[in-house]
Amino acid sequence: MFSEYTTEELQNIFMMQGFSGLSLFSVLLLMGLGLALIFGQMGVINMAHGEFMALGAYTVYFCSTLTEQYAPAFGPYYFICAIGIAFLVCALVGALVEFLMIRHLYHRPLDTLLATWGLSLIMQQTYRSLFGAREVTPTLPEWLMGSFNLKEGLDIPINGVFVLCLALLVTFVMILFMYKSKFGLRLRATVQNRKMSSAVGINTGKVDRVAFSLGCGIAGIAGAAFTTIGSTGPDSGSRYIVDAFLVVVFGGAANMLGCVASAFGIAQAQSILEFFLEGTKGKVATLLVIVVALMLRPQGLFPSKVRGH
Amino acid sequence: MSRLGHAALAVALLAASSLRAAPPPTSEVNTTGLAVTDTTVTVGQLHSATGTMAISETGSIQAEQLAIDQINAAGGVLGRQIKVIKEDGASDWPTFAEKAKKLLVSDKVGTVFGCWTSASRKAVLPVFEKENGMLYYPTFYEGLEQSKNVIYTGQEATQQILAGIDWIAKEKKAKTFYLVGSDYIWPRTSMKIARKHIENVLKGTVVGEEFYALGSTSFGSLINKIKLKKPDVIYAAVVGGSNVSFYKQLAAAGINGTKQTLLTISVTEDEVLGIGGENLAGFYSAMKYFQSLDNPNNKEFVAAFKAKYGAASVIGDVTQAGYLGPWLWKAAVEKAGSFDIDKIVAASPDLELKTAPEGYVKLHPNHHLWSKLRIGQWQKNGQAKVLYESELLEPNPFPKGYQ
Repeated sequence: MFSEYTTEELQNIFMMQGFSGLSLFSVLLLMGLGLALIFGQMGVINMAHGEFMALGAYTVYFCSTLTEQYAPAFGPYYFICAIGIAFLVCALVGALVEFLMIRHLYHRPLDTLLATWGLSLIMQQTYRSLFGAREVTPTLPEWLMGSFNLKEGLDIPINGVFVLCLALLVTFVMILFMYKSKFGLRLRATVQNRKMSSAVGINTGKVDRVAFSLGCGIAGIAGAAFTTIGSTGPDSGSRYIVDAFLVVVFGGAANMLGCVASAFGIAQAQSILEFFLEGTKGKVATLLVIVVALMLRPQGLFPSKVRGH
Repeated sequence: MSRLGHAALAVALLAASSLRAAPPPTSEVNTTGLAVTDTTVTVGQLHSATGTMAISETGSIQAEQLAIDQINAAGGVLGRQIKVIKEDGASDWPTFAEKAKKLLVSDKVGTVFGCWTSASRKAVLPVFEKENGMLYYPTFYEGLEQSKNVIYTGQEATQQILAGIDWIAKEKKAKTFYLVGSDYIWPRTSMKIARKHIENVLKGTVVGEEFYALGSTSFGSLINKIKLKKPDVIYAAVVGGSNVSFYKQLAAAGINGTKQTLLTISVTEDEVLGIGGENLAGFYSAMKYFQSLDNPNNKEFVAAFKAKYGAASVIGDVTQAGYLGPWLWKAAVEKAGSFDIDKIVAASPDLELKTAPEGYVKLHPNHHLWSKLRIGQWQKNGQAKVLYESELLEPNPFPKGYQ
C-alpha cells in the first residue's frame, strides 16, 4: 500500500502517526490514573469517575465564560488556572462524596458499584439542568490552537503536545507522592494491611478520604485537558468510563506502572490498527487483543502481589 | 411587544374570532373517537428532553411548539385550539414505543410530532401502524421506509446526497473522495449511496471509507491517512460529540477550508455552536435549510424563533423541518375537513405549503417532501453562506441502483 508514495511523505506520516499514538496514550493515561488510584488502592469501583471528568471539563467551561465576561485580558492565561481550579473542585466534591457515601460502603465492593453508578446518574442530570443538554466547548486560548509546522507536510498539533506534557507531569507528581511522601507511605501501608496500619496509629479513615478525593481531583484534571480535544455534554462521562476501566483492568488495577504501560500499549495498538484497518475495525481488533491478553493473564499486566483491606 | 407584534396579534385575534363563529360540529370532524372537543384538539409531542439525544431534539421541540402557538394564535385548526401533551422518550428506544402507545391509546391524540433518530422511529413505527396514529418525523434520514402513518418532513438520503455530490464534483472538478462517518445506520446507508453515485455516475474514485464509533474522540490515524491519500473531497457524516473532535483535530493538523474541500451532510447551525465557526470556516454543508436563507418566510420564522427562545438561539435543518410538521398537519386536516386519520392520509398527497421557511414544499404521495437542496459554506461567525440551490427534488426513499 505504500509503493505509490515518496519516502519523504512516508517519513512524515510515520512521525505524525507515532505522535497520534502518543497523544492517545496521554488521553488514556489521564483517564486511567485517578481510577487506578481509587480502584487499585482502595478496592472501590467508582462508576462516577467519568462524571468527575465531566465536572472538570465544565469547571473549565465555567471559568472560560467568567473570563470572557469579566476579564477578557486574562484570556490567554486563564486555561492554566482553570486546570488547577478543576482539580480543586473535583477533589472537594470527591471528599464530600467519600464522607457522605463511600465510607459507609467500604466492605461492600458490589454496593459501591451500584451507589457510584447512581451517583453518576444524579451528576449527569445535574449537569443537564445547570448547563443544558447541548454540548459546550470553552473558548481556548490562541496558543493552544493550531500546530507546529516542523516542515512541509509534517504538522504536530499543539493541543496534543500540551495534553501529553500534562499527562506526564501528573503521572510524575503522583509517583513522587506515592513513593516519596509520608502520606504515600501511609496509603501503601493501609492497602497492604488495614488493621495493622490502624494499630500503629495511621488514621485509615483519613487516608481513604484523601486518596478518594485525590483520585477525583486527577479525574478533574483529565476532564479539563480533554476540553482541548473534544466537547463536553452531560453524558460525556459515560463515554470516558469504558476506556478508563479498560486501562486500569488491563494494567493490573494496582499500580501506577501498570497503568502507564497499559495506556501506552492500548493507545499504540489502537492507533496502528486504525491506520491499517479502519476506525471501527481498528477498535474491535484492539479490544480483541485485550480480551486475549486478559484470558492469558487474568490479573493484568502488572498484578499486585498483595490484596487486602 | 413590538408594534408589528401588536398588529399581528390583532389580526390573529380577528381571524380567530371570525373562525370561532362557526366551527364544524365535533361529531362531523371526529368519527373515530380522537381527543377532539368543540373548542380543542389534543396532539402529542414525543422527543427526548433528557439523555444523549436531548442535545439534538431540543431544537425540534422548540420549533414544533412555536408552530403550534402560531397556529393557535391564528384561530387553531377547524376552529379548535391545539393542546399539547409532551412526552419524553429519554433517548431510550423502548421508552419511545411505550410513550407512543400511551399517547395513541390513552390520550387519543389527533397526531404526534416526534422522534429524531432512526432507531426511535423504527421503535414507534409498529405502534403507529397498529393503532392507526399519525407521526410527523422531522429528521433527514437514510430512506428505505414509507408508511401510511408517517409523514417525513426532512429529506431522505438521495435528496441530500446526490445533488450535493454533483455540485462539488462539478465546482471543484473533484475525482477522488474520502468518505468518513459515525458507525450506525444513517451514515452507513448514506455512504453506500454516495459511493454508488461517485463510482457509477460520476466515474470518480473512493480512496477511503471509514466509520468511527459514536462518541469517538481520536481521529489522528484517520487524518494521517487523509494526508497521505490527498483526496479532492472529504465527504463526512460524523455526528454528535465526535463532530467537535473531528473538526478540531482537522484544524490542528493543518487541514482547513483554504487547503482542502470538505462536504458534510451532518453539520447544521446547531453543531457549529459546539465545533466553533473558526474550525469550520470554508467547509461546505449540504442541507435543505440554512438559517441565513434570504426569503420573507424565513426572515419571519427566524425573528419569531429568536423572540421566543432568545437572540442567541440558532436554527438548524431539523429544527426547520420540525416547524413544518404542525403546519402540514393543519393543512391536511383543513383539506380533509376532518381529524380522522384516514381522511388526513387521503388528503395529504400533493398538499402544498407556501409559507415554509425553506420556501415552497409539496408532499409527495410517498409521504416525503419535494424540497430543494442547498450548499452552504460555513463562515467564522457560525452562519452559512448559501452558494447553490438545486431544483425542487423528488423524494425517492427506495432508490433503484443505490441499494
